[in-house]
Amino acid sequence: MIRRRLGRLALGVLAALAAGPARAQGKPPLVFTGIPDQDESRLVERFGKVARYLEDKLGVPVRYVPVKSYPAAVTAFTNGQVQLAWFGGFTGVQARRAVPGSHAIAQGAEDAAFKTYVIANSATGLKPGKDFPKTVAGQTFTFGARASTSGRLMPEYFIRQAFPGRTPEQVFARVGFSGDHTRTIQLVQSGAYAVGAVDYSVWDLDTKAGKVDPKAVSVIWESPPFPDYQWTVRADVDKTYGAGFTDRLRDALVGIADPAILEPFGRTRFIPVTDAAYEPLVEVGRATGLLD
Amino acid sequence: MHPAPAGLGYAAVSRRFAAVALVCLLVADLHVTTLHPLADLARLLGGLVRPDFLAVEIRSVVYTVAFAVLGVGLGVGAGFLLAVPFARSRPVRLACAGLRAVHELFWALLLMQVFGLSATTGILAIALPYAGICAKVYAEIVEEADLSALRVLPPGTGAVSAFLYARLPETAARMRDYTLYRLECGLRSSLVLGFIGLPTMGFYLESAFRQGRYAEAGALLAVFYALIGTRRLWVRGVTLPVLLVGAVLALPPAIGSADVGASLTRFLGHDIVPAPLRTGDPTSPETWARLWAWFAPILTGQILPGILQTLILAQIALVATGLGALLLFPLTARRFAGRLGRPLGRVLLVVVRSTPEYMLAYVGLQLLGPSMLPAILALALHNAGIVAYLMGRHADAIPYRPDAPRGLDLYAYETVPRLYGQFLAYLLYRWELILRESAIFGILGVATLGFYVDAAISELRLDVAVILIAATAALTVAVDALSRRLRRRLRIDDLPTRLSGPQRIPCAEPGGG
Repeated sequence: MIRRRLGRLALGVLAALAAGPARAQGKPPLVFTGIPDQDESRLVERFGKVARYLEDKLGVPVRYVPVKSYPAAVTAFTNGQVQLAWFGGFTGVQARRAVPGSHAIAQGAEDAAFKTYVIANSATGLKPGKDFPKTVAGQTFTFGARASTSGRLMPEYFIRQAFPGRTPEQVFARVGFSGDHTRTIQLVQSGAYAVGAVDYSVWDLDTKAGKVDPKAVSVIWESPPFPDYQWTVRADVDKTYGAGFTDRLRDALVGIADPAILEPFGRTRFIPVTDAAYEPLVEVGRATGLLD
Repeated sequence: MHPAPAGLGYAAVSRRFAAVALVCLLVADLHVTTLHPLADLARLLGGLVRPDFLAVEIRSVVYTVAFAVLGVGLGVGAGFLLAVPFARSRPVRLACAGLRAVHELFWALLLMQVFGLSATTGILAIALPYAGICAKVYAEIVEEADLSALRVLPPGTGAVSAFLYARLPETAARMRDYTLYRLECGLRSSLVLGFIGLPTMGFYLESAFRQGRYAEAGALLAVFYALIGTRRLWVRGVTLPVLLVGAVLALPPAIGSADVGASLTRFLGHDIVPAPLRTGDPTSPETWARLWAWFAPILTGQILPGILQTLILAQIALVATGLGALLLFPLTARRFAGRLGRPLGRVLLVVVRSTPEYMLAYVGLQLLGPSMLPAILALALHNAGIVAYLMGRHADAIPYRPDAPRGLDLYAYETVPRLYGQFLAYLLYRWELILRESAIFGILGVATLGFYVDAAISELRLDVAVILIAATAALTVAVDALSRRLRRRLRIDDLPTRLSGPQRIPCAEPGGG
């Protein structure tokens, strides 16, 4: 541990001294990012593995760039700093609308029918049910990030459907934005918020990691399915890395079979996908006023 | 010392500010939403006192310094040039007011749209507001300088020569002090930029606080305090060229291959143009009707409530700062703290002052949940630290009678009354700064203007974001103007207000901070 840290320290000094000239290689590195939807250490783990895998498969240098917020991921994609991104359903729609020619190429097998969990602190006494729990009205409520699909867009849509003519601010005593799903779980578990909306895959991952106290917080509603996360790529990669690169990239992603990579994603495998799969989210975005 | 005009004295102004703050307290959202804030605080402090220095990412320290040095360098350079026409040119004054009324973080959020997560974004986000601030301060320093040397110059001396030979020597020392102080602010700004994704120390601090790795946060903070505490050692005339060149060499390598030209065109020509104007014919009245239909809900649903909450937060924080400063300044004054207590008090206040308020608010919001309370605490702590430090120096500079009373009597009947005008001058000056910061705290979840800016950026509605930022800037400029009028009416407008002001505090060491 210490040695690794010392190594990191030494590397840091070296990089600081030699910074500036990028590593000289034939092709510019393929840079990608992902929306920071959960615990950062898990993001670094999963995307580090993806970067090494893609570098191997595609023969071009691949780099992961961490960002601090959902819109920062979209901005990095629109201004061309990253060519590839792991977006949520809604951020993907935002990014593809802003960058003509960019396309969704692959999603997790689970993303075709993704779910939101509404979770509640046990002190509320709220019980699980099949229909949207209207008893949440008047409680404090936290979304995830503002531009999250499973943590904001879809739950807001379901809330507006359950309480016609009312906004979440009018339904709940207080509405917050936790920033990411891991944080949403922590906030509801600690009682800072009574109820929250969370990505079901992050809930499962955090439950497996032993971070969820079943006595303090539990799922009270499971949403109908909707499309979510996907890999979206810019059109200019074919120009940079040669014709057919997009297809090779899709094949590489779909070909990931190593459980060590898939597990931190909470996905069993990746499957091809097209933009059309996300059309329903555009409608939901308009209905909630988050898209023009 | 300064008799105030009838009707508006120190007491009346203080009472009014306090009364408004009390009313604000009644309507402010001060809810603590977390259940175990004290347990979390104990964990936080436990980590902070056991710093894990091996976890510090050295590169982030280098980038923090590099962004600060280059950002401040550029800002100071531009500010110096702008200071020349500042007094004569209204457009220049307006431009500078606009530049400095927008917070570094707002600049960074806008610049990021064009330059991405890059050194350019980091440096410009510091340089732009600092150019506006420096232009104003340098112009004031020149204005306040002794002009006798100018009068003895031979007729026909050029403006440049006159400036170099008669004005600059008079003012160089003050400008140097102020520039050094700006660098300290630049380090703080540079750190805070990491919280939104630039590769400075704030990037790792945000992660460490978010994930509860408090030992790493403690180490990062210790390194940061050491940087600020030793700045007099490493920022000197001789090290300046080395610092500048080193900073350029040490900048982080560019990420990806962003096409700045295309991004800039899209940003200026499309993204920030109000949506109805992008497609509509600007000569048709129908377009303007749609523009109003677009703007009206932004005004009533975001700008006005945002302004109200921002003013409420700033008002409470301002009065809390005042109370805090009055309580704390004896800690650093010789007569009150004694020879042993004073250095300790100073260290305490310097640490408080060096801690960026944005980071304090971030930590406070994690501990207490998203209400105004942590924001008020963060603003009051940071600003009270600054004002108390300065007041302590003034208190030491007061010539007391040999038979002056001691303790509480001295404090209540002599020191505070004699310093009260100075105290108000500092507070009124910080009003604008507190307001700017109150608006930015919205990004963290308090419902001030920044809250709506954050929402607009999340929805990729940059046209709305720009309008909200402009509203924030206008509010800041208005409060600045009000503060100046008040200071003039109280006849305290000639008292020093800046940390490294144009007027030296007699008997105090130079520089200040």
